[in-house]
Amino acid sequence: MKGLLIISGLGILAMLAEIFKFKKIIFPLVLLGVLGAYVANFMEWNTPLSISSFDNMIAFDKVALAFSGVILATIFFWFIMANDYFENNSNMIDHITLVLFAVVGALMLTAFKNMTTLFLGIEIMSIPLYVLAASKKKDINSNEAGFKYLIMGSFASAFLLFGIALIYGATGSFDLMQIRAFISAHSAGTMPLFFYAGVVMLLIAMLFKVSAAPFHFWAPDVYQGSPTVITALMSTVVKTAAFAAILRLFLVGFGGVTEVWTMILVSVIALSLVIANFSAAAQSNVKRMLAYSSISHAAFMLMVVLANLRSNATLGALLYYSLAYSIGSIAAFGVLYNVTKKGDESFEAFNGLAKRNPLIAACMTVAMLSLAGIPITAGFFAKYFVLITMIGTAYKWLIILAILTSAIGVYYYFKVIIAMYFKPPVETEEVPVELSQKMVIILTTIITLALGVVPGFVAEMFSF
Amino acid sequence: MLTGLLIVIPLVASLLVFLLKGKAARSLALGAALAELAFSIGVYFHFINHPGDTHALSLNCSWIKSMGIHFAVGLDGIGLLLVLLTTFLVPLIILSAFRYDYDKPNAFYGLILLMQMALIGVFTANDGFLFYVFWELALIPIYFICLLWGGENRAKITFKFFVYTLFGSLFMLIGLIYLYNHTGFGSGIKSWAINDLYTAGRSLTVDQQSAVFWMIFLAFAIKMPVFPLHTWQPDTYVVAPTQGTMLLSGIMLKMGTFGVIKWLLPVVPLALEKWGGTAILLSSIGIVYASCIAIVQKDYKRLIAYSSIAHVGLISAGILSANQQGVQGAVIQMLSHGVNVVGLFLIADILFRHTGTRNIDSLGGIRNMNGQFSVLFLIILLGSVALPLTNGFIGEFLLINGVYQYSAGIAAFGGLSVILGAVYMLRSYQKIMLGEKPNNAMEFGSLASSDKIVLITICVVIIAFGVYPKPLNDLAEPAVKALLSNLK
Repeated sequence: MKGLLIISGLGILAMLAEIFKFKKIIFPLVLLGVLGAYVANFMEWNTPLSISSFDNMIAFDKVALAFSGVILATIFFWFIMANDYFENNSNMIDHITLVLFAVVGALMLTAFKNMTTLFLGIEIMSIPLYVLAASKKKDINSNEAGFKYLIMGSFASAFLLFGIALIYGATGSFDLMQIRAFISAHSAGTMPLFFYAGVVMLLIAMLFKVSAAPFHFWAPDVYQGSPTVITALMSTVVKTAAFAAILRLFLVGFGGVTEVWTMILVSVIALSLVIANFSAAAQSNVKRMLAYSSISHAAFMLMVVLANLRSNATLGALLYYSLAYSIGSIAAFGVLYNVTKKGDESFEAFNGLAKRNPLIAACMTVAMLSLAGIPITAGFFAKYFVLITMIGTAYKWLIILAILTSAIGVYYYFKVIIAMYFKPPVETEEVPVELSQKMVIILTTIITLALGVVPGFVAEMFSF
Repeated sequence: MLTGLLIVIPLVASLLVFLLKGKAARSLALGAALAELAFSIGVYFHFINHPGDTHALSLNCSWIKSMGIHFAVGLDGIGLLLVLLTTFLVPLIILSAFRYDYDKPNAFYGLILLMQMALIGVFTANDGFLFYVFWELALIPIYFICLLWGGENRAKITFKFFVYTLFGSLFMLIGLIYLYNHTGFGSGIKSWAINDLYTAGRSLTVDQQSAVFWMIFLAFAIKMPVFPLHTWQPDTYVVAPTQGTMLLSGIMLKMGTFGVIKWLLPVVPLALEKWGGTAILLSSIGIVYASCIAIVQKDYKRLIAYSSIAHVGLISAGILSANQQGVQGAVIQMLSHGVNVVGLFLIADILFRHTGTRNIDSLGGIRNMNGQFSVLFLIILLGSVALPLTNGFIGEFLLINGVYQYSAGIAAFGGLSVILGAVYMLRSYQKIMLGEKPNNAMEFGSLASSDKIVLITICVVIIAFGVYPKPLNDLAEPAVKALLSNLK
């Protein structure tokens, strides 16, 4: 809870920076604030469940605290990585504020107890992102990205609202626990049909947010058009928050009506795996490739929800996956951001990077290995934990499909590695990388490896 | 504890080597590899003298508690033999690279040592998950060795190799997870420990066992490789730098055969009865098929690559026949093949370095120019065609004996490998070494001292273990017996 309050305060403070002329120190202030929020969040770990605030609208239980931790850690690294995006920007203050408010929305999504807070969280998170996606004002692609994101996002919000309204109509409550009680009080078939329709609409809205196929069409264009750092934000913080929300919504709220959403989820996962991996393999633009790959990762994370073990393994698997994917993505986007500064975003931009910046190339290699799921990186354990939850379910064929499509995944991730180590460089001089960014890239690489060596540290957080 | 050290020494050495530059890196790498060899010999004597001392030989600590994953390593006779093979070959492989001025030597030698660490891990792991991790970990250094220092068209070929093997191992992972999910019957506590996986595997029905059998066998069959999954192998062997080829054929290939012995036979005995015949048939087809292709090869390196498929086909058939002679022969032959094939690849490399070609047709008359080389070459070649009193004989004899007990027809068919092997090996020797020089300009100077050391060491081993194979049999026999008694 304190984490959420600190970030909100920080957002308001950032807005004042221009008026009261402390623009120069706002960036360090934000970093300190995020760090403080992380620490505050961490301190609450031992006293979580008692705190249910705002009339039971929001509650930072252990699950919420853990996912908030992932989000806050990611955003800390993200700010350092994106520092020169802000420096060379006349609207710096606006952008910092928007990012901070997006994080506020993300934190709310980890802890909502009520449909109202769910909707608020999603809107607070999304609206700044619509603006940020279009923040390269003179770039037509960026404008397209923002516009597309806005239109499609509003569409999903409409679904969300309609779904909430229908559920309210059936149950008479916005409260998650009361909805749960309503479901367990009624046997299957006795609930009104529009209740089921509401659940499906909520599912569709959430699947849109995590860009699972067939609701993914916006993702490649938005990812490609947005400034690279904003793309990094979308694929880490937004994904983590959306999955925390899905976890709570469907395993806590609608855990009693699995028959409604299971089959939809199965087909969505299968579609996402196939479409994402085949499309990613066909891309020549690295950012677009990462967009499709994020769809495939979303499918893996949805598998945890599908398996629905109702045990700590589910929480551990999803948390670990979010963390591994976020950290790996920050490293990958950090390198991508520096390499593609000249505008070329194709695989050729990476040609010969191993000769130009050996260290950065090595970090990118680890990031790619992790995203591809090769031992002994974090990405491997992430996939392993998912498969462990899935093996006991009736959908073993999904595991086989996931394995087959992962092999395709290796193809496109390794295209980057091969370009770096094998292709002759177009230019010979080093790609300039700022020291702070270098530190972030190296640090996230080390974390990726460390998570692979001691995965129990995160995966067992919920073994209480 | 000792086994843990066997894994840690190369890991630490490799990290140090990465930090050094130039000549210092390779000297340290060689020193570390020799130290590891000495240490492994020490472990060998400890194993012989204190056979029941599991406290010193094994290590077991919790890694991921909630999933029953342990860092459990230990040694049995078979594992120890393969560890010794690894620690024996790695210094030779490093030494054979001394004639090259590789770009970024620290990375090159560091990766070799990293690979050694992973290989020893594979041969000692007593936990299914740990086994899988080491198995995959071995793939990454060799991929980069081939990608960074390989020959023409390497990006495409090494990629095919990587995806092929990764694909197989992912299926193995699923098979192992399936077994894991069936552990803890009664107690409810799931575990990756090898004995629990054995119990879980045997409690399955025939159909379930068959599914597990094929999923796990796929990974091993690709690594060996068994026909028809061999298509990645010849290209990869040819394109890899010589040291990479040596690692792949000398040691890495044994991961597959070792895997079948330790992680497949005892797990799914019912499936083995049902499907073993099919797998043996595939292996035997591979023997004849690869031998026939080897006969018509012009590139000497490619010829050895195909001969390797033939040899490993026989090994795999011997293991799957699941009797004492077959499995014991396979273990012995794994060692001999490892040593001999490294020698042969070095010879191919020396030929190329001295004459600029590996094409058999454009070579000839080298015996007259360098008698010493031709003698060493001949000894290694005879070991490879399994002449009595060389190390190849005892293993191949036991193997054919074992397969014969399973089925006389398959033994006769697979036994063709002996004849065909002699055909392509002796014919290539004749063309390369005997006859006239193809042109007068060709010269063949004396051997470099590092090459000489490697070749002589290999020749000594070939003859020594050909004349006196008892130490190998003493280690292999009880281990194989224990394994097979498990099957009943």
